[in-house]
Amino acid sequence: MNYESVLSSCVQQMKPSGIRRFFDLAATMENVISLGVGEPDFSTPWSIRKEAIDVLERKKIVYTANAGMAQLRQEVANYLEKKIHVKYDSEHEIVITVGGSEAIDIAIRGVLNPGDEVLIVEPSFVCYAPIVQMAGGIPVPIPTKGENKFKLTAQELKEKITAKTKLLVLPFPNNPTGAIMTREDLEPIAEILRDTEIMILSDEIYSEMTYGKKHCSIAELPGMQERTILVNGFSKAFAMTGWRLGYLCAPAPVAKQLVKIHQYIIMSSPTISQYAAIVALKECEKEVEHMIKEYNLRRRYLVEAFNRIGMTCFSPEGAFYVFPSIQCTGMTSEDFCEKLLEEEHVAVVPGNAFGESGEGFVRVSYAYSLRHLMEAVSRITKFLEKYRK
Amino acid sequence: MNELLHLLKTNARLTNMQLADMLGKTEQEIAEEIKKLENKGVIRGYTAIINEELAKSTEVEALIELRVTPKRDCGFDEIAKTIMMYDEVESVSLMSGMYDLALTVKGESLKEVAMFVSQRLSAMDGVLATATHFVLKRYKEKGIRIEDEEYDERSMVCP
Ligand SMILES: Cc1ncc(COP(=O)(O)O)c(C=O)c1O
Repeated sequence: MNYESVLSSCVQQMKPSGIRRFFDLAATMENVISLGVGEPDFSTPWSIRKEAIDVLERKKIVYTANAGMAQLRQEVANYLEKKIHVKYDSEHEIVITVGGSEAIDIAIRGVLNPGDEVLIVEPSFVCYAPIVQMAGGIPVPIPTKGENKFKLTAQELKEKITAKTKLLVLPFPNNPTGAIMTREDLEPIAEILRDTEIMILSDEIYSEMTYGKKHCSIAELPGMQERTILVNGFSKAFAMTGWRLGYLCAPAPVAKQLVKIHQYIIMSSPTISQYAAIVALKECEKEVEHMIKEYNLRRRYLVEAFNRIGMTCFSPEGAFYVFPSIQCTGMTSEDFCEKLLEEEHVAVVPGNAFGESGEGFVRVSYAYSLRHLMEAVSRITKFLEKYRK
Repeated sequence: MNELLHLLKTNARLTNMQLADMLGKTEQEIAEEIKKLENKGVIRGYTAIINEELAKSTEVEALIELRVTPKRDCGFDEIAKTIMMYDEVESVSLMSGMYDLALTVKGESLKEVAMFVSQRLSAMDGVLATATHFVLKRYKEKGIRIEDEEYDERSMVCP
């Protein structure tokens, strides 16, 4: 078989994630202490797990409605109204998906025609550009800058808009930078989009994880809900990554089309997870609060520790990452990460894995116990003493 | 509870600098706050949580339930305070439910602890009944796992 001619050229040209290579390297070593993951270290709250166990015992695990269980969609609507004060019609505007990942996929596929341009704020999560390419669209990165705390500015947005711009991917709170967009930051962005036909894909998967300030969704701003596909999920907020459950909310005419894709590729999202997610939304506010408090201690600890050793680092206000600069070593992100892994056995992720504008930075996750973080910091300190210029 | 106390309860050996970083304060503020908590008697002491088996300790520990008759004016305080005086007694708590006082007692051998219960405790004025339960194995103490570390099932690096 000549697989090269058999396989889709689009897929073959897809770059493997820069993170993957790093993962393979780390896996060959022993005694590695990792700060490399993008998932919570907490276990899923017990009441959620218990519900899943009960459901397994009591219920038949059959398909649900395509868009998801009615009760779950209703709970999502209640939750969003409470958190961001935006009303969604649970029957026509909410689709329960296999993680935020599927929601991103069907949102992008649902709006793109071949040749459409999609603005992707970078550095950001790795999936947007490959999905855009598979849908025949053209990813257009908008690099954000360290000096702006990696927020998107109106100027940066304006410069990239063309007649072909179809969609803006707005990923805040941000993985990998930890940046957030406040209402004041979002207003000028909304102002630019208000009189256009550009849609927004707002990936708010880290919405629960903000520190000090409350999360603001662009859908809260006047005129924005009608052009926003809001993506969220259970993975991060409720420590449910492996349950594979998320959702999207969009105006009814949009959701109606997107649910068709979902119906053909997925049928319905995992039933056990859907039952459990109802409990998550209804009963787990305290557990979430506890996790956020814990993340916050770790966040403050890391920011201070990195600044002290010369890896300057703005104080990120969201997600569970800090994004320190490695400029003081003069190395590239990849060199830094490889050397750090080889010499001190600490795994962090090179910033450029999340877009070119991440070069010169590394992503450090604080989804780890304080003890673990402290050991890592002491190893990184040793490393810096050797390589700081 | 105050965040500083919460952190010290999870690990009393955090340095003032680490505490300061986590709480967004200065080292000096932390030092002063701890001093104050100690002076006021809010913080009564610091201990270590030890895997006795690895430490090759031969001590035995027992949980002892006591039923006692309260005194007219001071309730259970007087007898609790008397019991506290014994070095063998590690902890004393007043309980709701089927019995009144719960003690943990340590000794060099089962026999030593049993003798202490029968000769010292049972013989005390006001003690109606005792029940002794020896600790066979400890899995978790003060929120800390005693034996193995929790295994991190997550992959080392992921987006
Ligand atoms: C920004 C962002 N969006 C979406 C996802 C996808 O999460 P899930 O599919 O588990 O909901 C992730 C996961 O790392 C993420 O970081």
